[in-house]
Amino acid sequence: MNTRQSVWSRRVIILWFTVFSIFCIVPFVYVISISLSEETDIAMYGYSLIPRSFTLNAYEYLLQSPKQLITGYTVSILVTAIGTLLSLLLTAKLSYALSRRDFRGSNKMSFYVFFTMLFSGGLVPWYILIKKYLMIDDSYLALILPYVIMPWHVLLMKGFLSDIPLALVESAKIDGAGEWKIFYRIILPLSKPALATVGLFIAFVYWNDWWLAMLFIDNQNLIPLQYMLYRIMNNIQFLSTSMQSANISIDVTQMPNETARMAIAIMAAGPILFVFPFFQKYFIKGLTVGAVKG
Amino acid sequence: MSLGNRINEIWKESMRHKGLIGLALPGLLFVLVFSYMPMFGVIVAFKDFNFADGFWGSPWVGFKNFEFFFKSDAAWQVTRNTIGLNLSFIALSTVVSISFALMLMELTRRSVKVFQTTLFFPYFLSWVVVSYVTYALLNPQMGVMNGLLERIGMEPINWYLESKYWPFILCLAYLWKNVGYSTLIIYTGLLGIDKSYYEAAAIDGATRWQQIIRISIPLIAPLIILVTLLQVGRIFYSDFGMFYFLTADSGALYETTDVIDTYVFRALRVSGDIGMASAVGLYQSIVGFVLVVSVNWVVRKINRDNAIF
Repeated sequence: MNTRQSVWSRRVIILWFTVFSIFCIVPFVYVISISLSEETDIAMYGYSLIPRSFTLNAYEYLLQSPKQLITGYTVSILVTAIGTLLSLLLTAKLSYALSRRDFRGSNKMSFYVFFTMLFSGGLVPWYILIKKYLMIDDSYLALILPYVIMPWHVLLMKGFLSDIPLALVESAKIDGAGEWKIFYRIILPLSKPALATVGLFIAFVYWNDWWLAMLFIDNQNLIPLQYMLYRIMNNIQFLSTSMQSANISIDVTQMPNETARMAIAIMAAGPILFVFPFFQKYFIKGLTVGAVKG
Repeated sequence: MSLGNRINEIWKESMRHKGLIGLALPGLLFVLVFSYMPMFGVIVAFKDFNFADGFWGSPWVGFKNFEFFFKSDAAWQVTRNTIGLNLSFIALSTVVSISFALMLMELTRRSVKVFQTTLFFPYFLSWVVVSYVTYALLNPQMGVMNGLLERIGMEPINWYLESKYWPFILCLAYLWKNVGYSTLIIYTGLLGIDKSYYEAAAIDGATRWQQIIRISIPLIAPLIILVTLLQVGRIFYSDFGMFYFLTADSGALYETTDVIDTYVFRALRVSGDIGMASAVGLYQSIVGFVLVVSVNWVVRKINRDNAIF
C-alpha cells in the first residue's frame, strides 16, 4: 500500500472525487448566486456562478410582504412537528410489538404491515377514500394522517428494537410491570438513538412533502412550503414556455423577480441544509441498518 | 387440530399478549385505513366513477376503462418510458455506485467523510427544490447551459420543448440526487469484508487491482444482486416528483418523459377520468406485484438468505 504507485492512484482518486463533488454542488451554488444577484444583471447577462454585484434585494423583497412565506413556514413546521411526534410514537409502539420474539402473533402482524410494501390499491382508490369517505381533505389532517405509518419506518425501527434483549422485558414482567409500562419506562428510554434516527427520517418525509398538498389542499392558508415552491415555479415556466412558443418578445426585466424566486427556493431548502451536516451520521446509520436488515 | 381448538389457541395467545396487541393497535388501524381499504377500492377500475355515487353507487362498465387505455397510444408510450428510464437508472447507478465505492475504499476515513457529505447533499433536497436547480441550468433565455452553448458558438436549445434530450437529463438528475445514497450502501458492504482476505492476498503478491477483481467484487456480489433486484421489482413505479417537476409537466416532452405515475396523476387531476386513472393504476399494481414476487423467487433460487420474503 505504501508504494509510490498507490500514492499516485490515491491522488488521482481524490482529484476525481473533488471534481465530482464540485459537480454535485455547483448547480445548487447557481441557485444561491442567482438569489444574491441584481435583477438587471440577470436580465442582461443571464445567470452566473458568481454574482456580478452582490445584493440582498431579493431577500429584502420577500421579507417586505412575507405573508405567503410565513404561511408556508407555519404550515410546514406544524405538520412536521405534529406529524413526526404522532408517527414516531405509533411507529415505535407497532414496531415494538412486531419485534417481540415471544409474541407468536408478531409474524402475522409483520406480514400484514409489510405486505403493503408489495401491493397497493393504487393512487385513485386511496385518493377517493381520503377525499370522499374520510373527508379530511383541505385540512391539516390530510397533510399528516396518510404518512403516520410507513412500512419502511416500521422496518427500520423493528431492526433497532430487536437488539434489545428479551431478558430485560422478562425481568420487568416478574417485577409486575405491564406491557405499556415496560414500553414507556424501559423500551423508549433505551431506544433514544433509534428514535432519533427514525424520527429524523419521518421529519424529513413531512418537511419535503408536496404530494399530499398537491392532491388534497385548496385552502390558501394550508399550503406548505414545498408546494408553495412548486406553484411559484409552475407560474414562471408557464409564462416562459408560452412566450417562447408564441414568439412574443417581452422585455425579460418585466418578468417578475427571477432572483426572488430563487431566494424562496433557498429559504425552503434552508432548514434541511442547515440540519443535514449535524445529523448526517444518524441518516447514514439508519440507511445502512435499513439496507442490511431490510 | 380442529378449528375450535385453533380459535381457542389464538384467543389464549391474544389474551396473554393483550398489552402488546394494544400497543400495536393504533398503528395497525392506520395500515388498515390507508393501505387495505384502498385495495377494495380497485373496483373503481371497473366502474364509471363519479363522486356523488361513490364506490358502490357508480355504474359498472366492465373492462371499458382498460380497453380505452390499452387502445390508446399512451399505453405503449408510458409503459416504454417507465421501463426504459428505470432500466437506465438501475444500470447507471449500479455501475457508478460500485466504482465510486471501490474508489472510496482506497482513501482514508477522513477524506471519505468529506466526500460522503458532498455526494450525499443532493439526496436531501426535494424534487421541487431540484427543479429550481434544473431550471437555473436549462432556462432557455438565461440558463447556464445555453450560456455555455453560446460561448462555444452553438445554437441555444429550447430545453423544455425538445423531448430528445430528456432521457439524458433525467439520468443525470437521477444520478446527481441518488449517487450518494447508492454508493453508501455498497461502501458499507465493502467495509464489512474481512481485512485478512486482503492481507493474505497482499502477501501472495496480488496487486490492488487483482484484489478488487478477486476479493471485493465476488464478496459484495450478493449485495449488488439484492439491491439491483429490489430496483427491478419496482420497475413499474417511478419517482413522481422527478418526472413531474423537472419536466415542468411540459406536454412537448411527454414522448420521452411521461411515465405511468404521471399519466395516472393527470388522468385523475387534470382530465378527471377517474375510471381510466384507476384502471392504469391497477395495471401498475398487478404487474408490479407479479414482478416483485418473481424477482423474489429468483433471489431465493440464487441465495435463500437474500430473499426478501
